[in-house]
Amino acid sequence: MTDLIDRQKLSYIAAQAADARLNVELETEGMTLNIGPQHPATHGTLRIIVRLDGEQVVWADPSAGYMHRGYEKLTEVRTFPQVTTLINRIDWLGSFANEVPFILAAEQLMDIEAPPRAQWIRTILFELSRIANVSLFLGDLGVQLGAITPVFMAFRDREYVLNLIEGATGGRFHPNFDRIGGLKDDLPKGWIDETRQVMKKLRNFCDEIENLLFGNKIFQDRTRGIGVIPPAVAQQYGLSGANLRASGVDWDLRRDQKIALAYDKVDFKVWTHPDGDSFARCWIRLQETREATKIVDQLLDGIPSGPVMAKVPRIIKVPEGEAWVSTENPLGEMGYYVVSQGDLGPFRVKIRTASFNNISIVPWVLRGVYVPDVITILASLYFILGDIDK
Amino acid sequence: MPALASDTLREDIVDKLRAAIGDQLLDVKLVPGTDLWARVATEAWRDTGLALRDQGFHYFCFLSAIDWLPSPYGRGEDDPTEPAPERSTEIVHGYTGGETRFQVFARVTDIERHVGVTVKADVPEVAAGESPVIDSWVTNYAGANWHERECHEMFGIRFAGHPDLRNMYLPTEFEGYPLRKDFPLLARHVKPWPGIVDVEPLPGEGDESAEAAAGEGASE
Repeated sequence: MTDLIDRQKLSYIAAQAADARLNVELETEGMTLNIGPQHPATHGTLRIIVRLDGEQVVWADPSAGYMHRGYEKLTEVRTFPQVTTLINRIDWLGSFANEVPFILAAEQLMDIEAPPRAQWIRTILFELSRIANVSLFLGDLGVQLGAITPVFMAFRDREYVLNLIEGATGGRFHPNFDRIGGLKDDLPKGWIDETRQVMKKLRNFCDEIENLLFGNKIFQDRTRGIGVIPPAVAQQYGLSGANLRASGVDWDLRRDQKIALAYDKVDFKVWTHPDGDSFARCWIRLQETREATKIVDQLLDGIPSGPVMAKVPRIIKVPEGEAWVSTENPLGEMGYYVVSQGDLGPFRVKIRTASFNNISIVPWVLRGVYVPDVITILASLYFILGDIDK
Repeated sequence: MPALASDTLREDIVDKLRAAIGDQLLDVKLVPGTDLWARVATEAWRDTGLALRDQGFHYFCFLSAIDWLPSPYGRGEDDPTEPAPERSTEIVHGYTGGETRFQVFARVTDIERHVGVTVKADVPEVAAGESPVIDSWVTNYAGANWHERECHEMFGIRFAGHPDLRNMYLPTEFEGYPLRKDFPLLARHVKPWPGIVDVEPLPGEGDESAEAAAGEGASE
């Protein structure tokens, strides 16, 4: 590990030398290509400037910031309960999952714990956001590679999950359902049975995608061995979630961290893949979606009765202190560093989003790849612009 | 996971860190079974990253800064037509204390031992108009690159040794550092926060006296 920097330097020098040689041999002239800001592979507006030598990328620079909304500043003029409205919009495909770490951080500072039923429902909704988020990725993946069908299948089946989220919380995209001390409401009648049905449909969807896309020769050729990230580099850049596990690092905050959610009550497998290439990243996400449906099933079976809200003061003042809580969100590790000075609102909130770190590796990973692979690598890293720009 | 076991785990981290950087480890806060904070001297900031990485903290989580100055604009709820109220400018530091207005802090995780640590360092005060400087972590963790760029544009802290401190979000010609506490949130100055006039009684409240008591921190 300590010689990593040296190795990186050496590989950089080697890459530079190879580029120079290529230039001399072929007498090629570099060109600069602008990918984005509007491109289907970018889930928002991300611009990537690549310098090309022939078909090969020699330098790449992602340029974010088209969607910077200044949430860290805005949290400083909000009260604690108001903050969830903002942070819902960070990763807009898995909104409920954004609320959970912030609420847990506030609860840690206030030293209260949500009742068991609230924790279980939180975990169920958390996993439903994961399914809603990642199923769109699985459909969208086909589009990047020229296949249109998967995206229709994804939108068809994702709709069932969004309906469930809407049924429980009242909001399809931005539930704003989590409260300090518990949840806004209990589950509606009949929701549990319906969720079981939907989870079956989603497992069928995963099978369909696996057969249609992952077994496809074109898909395999375009993703296998492309954009390989070794585990040491992945950790250095703080890659998290499926991107980290695809590099063979067995790390999942749901399993490896003591946290006030019901993950220790269920039995699930953390998938890893040794290859670290684009295929591995996509494959891990597929497995995780299927695993999430199983987690939801188990949670539905054992959901305890009782209240969904702990006794909390009506005016929420959070005592002085600092807390860091992160959870395994659909895109990776998302956490909030909350500093409170005993006021109605936070003094400072540092929002650590998964996509920010996941995309910071792009200049490293794109060096030396070919232009069509840029799109598959970006798609497989899977980011959401709201999650980069905050 | 029993609390006692993780306690020795975190104490061991502190011991190893102290062995690496000596008395430049200024302060430690340990909440057993929960988390660990450490503050190091400014000069030891880069060595701290290196020592932690060698100790097994290979996973870089984030790096950012805190401006401990109390906001001169309060919570942005002042009536713009009234003269601004007097506010305390006394700096109150959080865990592990501090001596300066700006602190950088970073978090790294050890994936083998399932433990993370937050380290902080003071950023030395400078004359008005100059940028405070601290060493960069890019040589310790390549992932610190973007975090330091973000921190530079938001707080105006320069990182010595960083290869490229371009803005990430803001236009190049943007003036000011938005996350500093003395940078006004302009939206609140242009249009007052509707919460000032829109005071609805909370459910079950009924009378005005509870409204006044709310400001005093009444609970229940």
